Amino acid sequence: MAWGLGPRLILVVAEQRDGALNRASWEAIAAAQQSGEPVKVVVAGDGVSAIASDLASADVAEVIALEDNALAMYTPDGFVAALEALIAAEQPSLVFFAHTYQTRDFAPKLAARVDRALIVDVTAVKGSGAGSAFVRPIFQGKLSADVKPKGPAPHFISFQIGAYRADAVKKGAGAPVRQVAASVDASAIRQKPEAPFKEAKQAVDLSQAERIVAVGRGIKGQEHLAVAEGLANALGAEIAASRPICDAGWLPMDRQIGSSGQTVAPKLYVALGISGAIQHLVGMKGSRTIVAINKDPEAPIFEIADYGIEGDLFEIVPAMVAELAK
Amino acid sequence: MPEAQGLWPKALYEMKIAVCIKQVVTREWQLRVNDSKTWIRDQDAAWEPNEPDAYALEEALRLKEKHGGDVIVVSAGPARVQQAIRDALARGADRALHIEDDRLAAADAFAVAEALAAALKDEQVDLILTGLQSDDQGFASVGVILAEKLGLPHATIIMDVQIDPSAGTGALRVKRELEAGWFQWVAMPLPAVLTIQSGINQLRYATLKGIMAAKKKEIKKLAGPASIAGKQEVVSVYFPEKGKKTQMIAGSAAEAAAELVRKLREDARVI
Repeated sequence: MAWGLGPRLILVVAEQRDGALNRASWEAIAAAQQSGEPVKVVVAGDGVSAIASDLASADVAEVIALEDNALAMYTPDGFVAALEALIAAEQPSLVFFAHTYQTRDFAPKLAARVDRALIVDVTAVKGSGAGSAFVRPIFQGKLSADVKPKGPAPHFISFQIGAYRADAVKKGAGAPVRQVAASVDASAIRQKPEAPFKEAKQAVDLSQAERIVAVGRGIKGQEHLAVAEGLANALGAEIAASRPICDAGWLPMDRQIGSSGQTVAPKLYVALGISGAIQHLVGMKGSRTIVAINKDPEAPIFEIADYGIEGDLFEIVPAMVAELAK
Repeated sequence: MPEAQGLWPKALYEMKIAVCIKQVVTREWQLRVNDSKTWIRDQDAAWEPNEPDAYALEEALRLKEKHGGDVIVVSAGPARVQQAIRDALARGADRALHIEDDRLAAADAFAVAEALAAALKDEQVDLILTGLQSDDQGFASVGVILAEKLGLPHATIIMDVQIDPSAGTGALRVKRELEAGWFQWVAMPLPAVLTIQSGINQLRYATLKGIMAAKKKEIKKLAGPASIAGKQEVVSVYFPEKGKKTQMIAGSAAEAAAELVRKLREDARVI
């Protein structure tokens, strides 16, 4: 039977490392459940039965523990080989992932291997069944695009972290867990991974800060950081930044907020000259009150801000400092 | 899996490095949607090199300085892309391949990777670098699909690149960025494809001497594929709806600042 001619089925690829489930996997399961179509979940690795049992609490048709010694540590070659075989056996109409760094590392290879469509970083699904359109940000979130996959199933879809809620997963009576031996040829895996590690302990734990003043490209130069620091002092806030500021070396990497930096949820988050690319938003959108000051009225940061001022931060911030001193 | 063809073996000491770059609209250009609402009105856009690709180019130039060899810039797109290619040549790349094709301006990752693979398959490169994603479409997929199409190993979101030609199947050792402050070293054989994380290095600027030298460097033009078969269709493009009710505060800088501070004190009660 050709792919896509059988009954519809969504296969969710869950992600684990060293026996710990990536929380975003629940979000991908929630997205699959909301489609109303039958859902199976697969988790690949070596000795993942505990994680599979954990996943089986979701209201899904089945959880597959896809196991092989060669999958003990993640490699794109190993995971693509294992999932290619599983997809051929299961013939799903859709394959869902959370859009994690690991998904970015292997999902395009898997889709290219089986020559099928891949739509990444999806935030919502419009319509249902084979005619669904997938919403994804383009131009760093300044625009949205409704996109449809072309060609035969299965179609591969990765969901932006936070687009669906992990706590929206419907729990069931306990889904059956099936062990599947992946039989991966270890000698065909070209990547030799070493154990993951953390850099020297971060000096600053921004997750504990009650107030944060964060700067982005709009600060224009390192010499202007004093403007933001003045506001941080007046508010009793920590100073932080979006990735480009740390890339440029204007602030140390441990002051970075976002997917590659720290995740924070302070009482007050003031974003100065930050456009609001999704990589930054995922690190701060849980903040209670968000203030955005930006000269670009279309900056995506305004979509999640409680209070916004469209204007020149070099005029507005000193005025705020003066006002706070009153 | 496709077999690697024409890419191996060759002498390793002198590295031949390809860097895939994209040209994107500038961050300052006010985005406008085209009449059919399927892309931006790009005929009057301002353009610049995709910033993540600039880090890939810088890394290639540093590897060349260390190991010797050549850096070849590859870009797919309309005639305007030459501006981004000239910029890369001015920074120190040795020559360029330009797959000149208007259809590749807004093509999907599969179509672009296919065009790049066709351009690179006979180049006998040791290493292919590209940025981790583009600032426009943001697929973060082209490098990985390119690796698959060329039959090469790959790694993504790379923060350090070490090369030891004597190490055989581990000749390339790279530091991958994982999430939440975690990293991982991964070794693999050459040739390979890497997507480079922004911030891996400090970018150099083009010098006047480099700009002059770039004028004499070769840009080889290649035709795009006979047919471009993308795997996704953009149905519509639009400005996102605001998800949260944002209170925009108007007035002069002093007025807006005063009103914001009042709201933070009295309404939000966060200061």
